[in-house]
Amino acid sequence: MLRYIGRRILIAIPTLIIVSLLVFALQKLLPGDPVLTMAGEERDPQVLAYLREKYRLDDPIPVQYFAWIGSALTGNLGISLRTDIPVLDLILSKLPVTLELAIMAMIVALAIGIPAGIISAVRKGTAVDYTANVIALSGLSIPNFWLGIMLIMLISVRWKLLPASGYVPPTEDLWLNIKTMLMPAFVLGTGLAASLMRHTRSAMLGVMRSDYIRTARAKGLLSRKVILKHALRNALVPIVTLSTLLFGELLAGAVLTEQIFTIPGFGKLIVDAVFNRDYAVVQGVVLCTAVGFIFMNLLADVLYVLVNPRLRHAA
Amino acid sequence: MKKRLLLALAAGLLVSTAASAQTLRIGLNEDPDVLDPHRARTFVGRIVFTSLCNKLVDITPDLKFTPELATEWSWGDDGKSLTFKLRPGVKFHDGEPLNAAAVKANIDRARTLPDSLRKSELTSVDNVEVVDDLTVKINLSRADATLLSQLSDRAGMIMSPKAIGNADFGQKPVCSGPYKFVERVQNDRIVLEKFADYWDAKKYNFERVVFQPIPDTTVRLANLRSGNLDLIERLAPSDVPAVKSDSNLVFAPVSGIGYQGLTINTNNGERSKTPLGQDKRVRQALELSIDRNVINEVVGQGIYPPAGQPFPEASPYNNPKFKANQRDVAKAKQLLKEAGVDRVKFELTFGTSTTTQQIAEIIQAMAAETGFDISLRPTEFAAMQKEAQAGNFDVNVIGWSGRVDPDGNIHPFVSCKGALNDGRYCNEQVDKLLNEARVINDEAKRKELYDAAQEILKQDLPIIYNYYQPWPFVHTKKVQNFKPYPDGMIRLRDVKFAS
Repeated sequence: MLRYIGRRILIAIPTLIIVSLLVFALQKLLPGDPVLTMAGEERDPQVLAYLREKYRLDDPIPVQYFAWIGSALTGNLGISLRTDIPVLDLILSKLPVTLELAIMAMIVALAIGIPAGIISAVRKGTAVDYTANVIALSGLSIPNFWLGIMLIMLISVRWKLLPASGYVPPTEDLWLNIKTMLMPAFVLGTGLAASLMRHTRSAMLGVMRSDYIRTARAKGLLSRKVILKHALRNALVPIVTLSTLLFGELLAGAVLTEQIFTIPGFGKLIVDAVFNRDYAVVQGVVLCTAVGFIFMNLLADVLYVLVNPRLRHAA
Repeated sequence: MKKRLLLALAAGLLVSTAASAQTLRIGLNEDPDVLDPHRARTFVGRIVFTSLCNKLVDITPDLKFTPELATEWSWGDDGKSLTFKLRPGVKFHDGEPLNAAAVKANIDRARTLPDSLRKSELTSVDNVEVVDDLTVKINLSRADATLLSQLSDRAGMIMSPKAIGNADFGQKPVCSGPYKFVERVQNDRIVLEKFADYWDAKKYNFERVVFQPIPDTTVRLANLRSGNLDLIERLAPSDVPAVKSDSNLVFAPVSGIGYQGLTINTNNGERSKTPLGQDKRVRQALELSIDRNVINEVVGQGIYPPAGQPFPEASPYNNPKFKANQRDVAKAKQLLKEAGVDRVKFELTFGTSTTTQQIAEIIQAMAAETGFDISLRPTEFAAMQKEAQAGNFDVNVIGWSGRVDPDGNIHPFVSCKGALNDGRYCNEQVDKLLNEARVINDEAKRKELYDAAQEILKQDLPIIYNYYQPWPFVHTKKVQNFKPYPDGMIRLRDVKFAS
């Protein structure tokens, strides 16, 4: 198992190098000049020249790349061009926020998606199945930003039940923290729940048709036990893959949701950085996200092995 | 025992509600950049500084100068020196005294710091002299009428000389304003707390001021309506009717000192070689095609007053003679005929925003009637800025937040070497007039020079002004005595909650 994990980490290295090259190159292709955005309305030519030199923006692109990747390897991701704050500090302060949002959204998604998927698979072709499908489809097709604004209008402005937006760290006020996170987690979670439900349903349907389920039933096992223990466990493999990938995506920043609910997480950080041409921040965040994704993939593979004993021997 | 506990709890509750009742929450349009007045560039940053950092002088709503850190000031005989008398007994947030040496250290830093964005505002300063503990004299290399207005903004903000050397000053600013810095969570909030030793402390009623950046205008307004915020800036014009009909809210707009207009490429590279770029009659025809009242009513919901000149209505340099022209299709067609063109094609570039998009579409439709075929090109702002400098545009929709001194609204945009003159319009006579107006302190004489320059610019039309940029504030009924200023800043003196 350890050797397997070690090998997977080695394979990740070239992926990371390619990602870093891509981020760097794509960013240079963006129209606009970071120095122009930084120098403010006045655009003093002297200041422009100084900033270009300070951030080495006049160096050839390969030189810039190696300078950046060199310091990134030592843990220095540079300084935000806009606020002077070290990029690593920014990432470390935003990561817990996004992580919390992602976990809460994932809980919502799993709590809705998996039971709904199981029920509609077991009750295939009945009214329950159709209802669950309709709900899932609407979850998929209602845009996050619309649902978010509607919730704000209804729950915060009209009923004044939850804060409209913003973020309070749990260390400061846990109850307020949960209150501010409920709506964004729900908005994000329902979107994911829909695809989880669809996948659970089809995986369950596939498994329910197999011979060993029939055998289990023939042996007179309780229907609940057949479904939850025998069928679900085998159906879980694709669901675990999907969940980890979805979680990875959440970490990359639920951009729109964070914008609407003004949650100072990864998504908001990167959007603001792109608009302000804050190269150092964009590069740092994308690199971290790539690392996060690779890690989630690895985690998915390890989880498979845990859920599915057959893979344990293969590994 | 139980009773005592209950009492303590109740007392605690009372204290905490009293404390939270004295926190003013302000919703900003974006997250400010670095909190160092010499290196900062954002408008919202200036709003935060207004509570955090005192300046040598401030302005009144009618754009006159008023004492802040300096109680009085006087120009030297030849206009080549400016002497300030400082307010006695003023302290910085770290307890250091604010004196002439501190002012000198600050102005010297603004002039010499390599990435100071204030350098261009202080080019006339030759040296700063400490006359005595509370008198400071700024010697100039040339007369400069704009200096006082520069010192009424970021260039005149005085930071603690002990703290300005800190590498992290921009993250932990130390000034002498009514509120001191507590913390900042990027993209989330900036928290200030009342400075007990402030020289005018009893006029400031809040214990804490929290600035929250919420870029989405709908969400910002929703936060105000739900009670999460007390005051917001820059309401979207489309929300004006809803706010006016909400009895819990107070709409407090003010016409600003900035404007929005069309910059025409008259002289910047190949793309200026068009009938529009080369023939002023074509530009005049374009101006006459636009009905600014329609823009005001349809897009601005009545808060976009038509502009025909760079100087705002509140400015003494505004001349009614140059007010916005009325739409005149027949005259516009006549001008195009005289210029020998039938239909004129050009591309109109603008920053992506729903409001600007609407304005561009209205202009497109109105100008089509007189003979202009306009193609619209929404562009992300940073990209547009770069293309503008490179001359890669026909006409740009450009906004300017405005400066108190008239020079800041005109010189950089139409003087031959102006840093913001994207169209590279160049007219020696205009240059001469504007340069002369820069060095005269006499208001009447200056106005004559600006009038003469405007006479030419109104014919040449390198920029067509559309409307004055308003600052539409909204606050809850609970907030009292809030007065909007044309510079869009939020001044909290005397502002309080209804008891």
